[in-house]
Amino acid sequence: MNFKAVTAALLLVASLFNTSWANETAPVVDRTSTGGAQTLEDIMARQAQLNVDERFRSENIGDPSRAKAITEQLGTNGGASDSEVYRAIRYNEIDPSLQQRGPAAEVLIQDAGMPWYKLREGPVITYGGGALLGIIGLLIVFYFVRGRIMIDGGPAGTTIERFKAIERFGHWLLAGSFIALGVTGLLVLMGRKFLIPVIGPEAFATLAAGSKFIHNNIAWAFMIGLVMTFFMWVAHNIPNKLDIKWLLAGGGIFTKSHPSAKKFNAGQKIIFWTVMIMGFSVSLSGLSLLFPFELPMFAKTFALINSVAGTDLPTVLLPHEEMQYANIWHSIVAFVMMLAIIAHIYIGSVGMEGAFDAMGNGQVDLEWARQHHDLWVAEVEAKQGKGGSS
Amino acid sequence: MKAMISAFVVALAIAFAAPSVLNEFGWSAAEKGSSATSVRLN
Repeated sequence: MNFKAVTAALLLVASLFNTSWANETAPVVDRTSTGGAQTLEDIMARQAQLNVDERFRSENIGDPSRAKAITEQLGTNGGASDSEVYRAIRYNEIDPSLQQRGPAAEVLIQDAGMPWYKLREGPVITYGGGALLGIIGLLIVFYFVRGRIMIDGGPAGTTIERFKAIERFGHWLLAGSFIALGVTGLLVLMGRKFLIPVIGPEAFATLAAGSKFIHNNIAWAFMIGLVMTFFMWVAHNIPNKLDIKWLLAGGGIFTKSHPSAKKFNAGQKIIFWTVMIMGFSVSLSGLSLLFPFELPMFAKTFALINSVAGTDLPTVLLPHEEMQYANIWHSIVAFVMMLAIIAHIYIGSVGMEGAFDAMGNGQVDLEWARQHHDLWVAEVEAKQGKGGSS
Repeated sequence: MKAMISAFVVALAIAFAAPSVLNEFGWSAAEKGSSATSVRLN
């Protein structure tokens, strides 16, 4: 392979990524015009994720010796204005009592909102969106380089039942809801950046509200489909030695050979376990987002990871931080799933002759089945010979 | 194709039934806190 061409391609890809979220030190700000209070430059610098020297705020939390007489205006504040009290709260300098109760009511100020927003608007969208475009581009290149994988010698003309109606129903319940979740999730995640400039805020507000409704509610169909397909297919997806041979042969994709496989080959097993493990994880984080503050799980997960891996992840998280972690994790896992599923959709449709029939009407060409799942065909034929069924 | 179409229809049916079913159990999520019901400007 041409090393220079690869290097040039990598540099081009790297140059596309926006690195504005990288932390840098904020320039020194002149605050004489505000009497030492923060300026618009300070606010903008924090929003730009620059490192701002916060001492001008953290040390400006009032002075008891300045307290006015109790009979005077604001005398009950005891030497601290409301702004100074809130600054003290922000920097944990006082421990206020609250009358409100609830999982998030005791959090008066939470500073991690802007880093979460920047992470979501920056790396998550850039790398996630870039990866989606990348996999689509790779598949287009692959299609033109390798071409459609055809049935060697043409179809046999006779068919064999690959999947029963209930299996296809479970697959399409999962697939249909996943596509709806993917599209609406991308609209909610990226719409502010890419759609509002095109269609305007009013049209996007309607689209976003509809996307939110579909995303929040079709998630239940996804979870039902996930459970259905897990129990229907887990027994056929246990890894075995045959999978190693299949993987070493690259599935025969590049060598145009047909390594042996049972009902599911190693590639399909990878898709199955990716969907199951990540589908379970994205469902958990989705439930956490669907019921705000009711299902915090990251502090406990981090504690578990720390105990196993010896890491030093935070184990005490505010309710809002739990939601922020859930949101970011939900997006990352969803992107990885979308990458896998786009490849799965390709090979199950335009990429391979005869593959779609398996989930279309459930009947696949016998020659296709012999070439891609020879051991499964032998099992089915042996059972049929004994009067059984697949 | 019947299995595919019926699965899509069921997925949509689940989506549109979910808010009222959840509400029956007091688990309203999608409709919780909607501005039409929770915000009073007067």
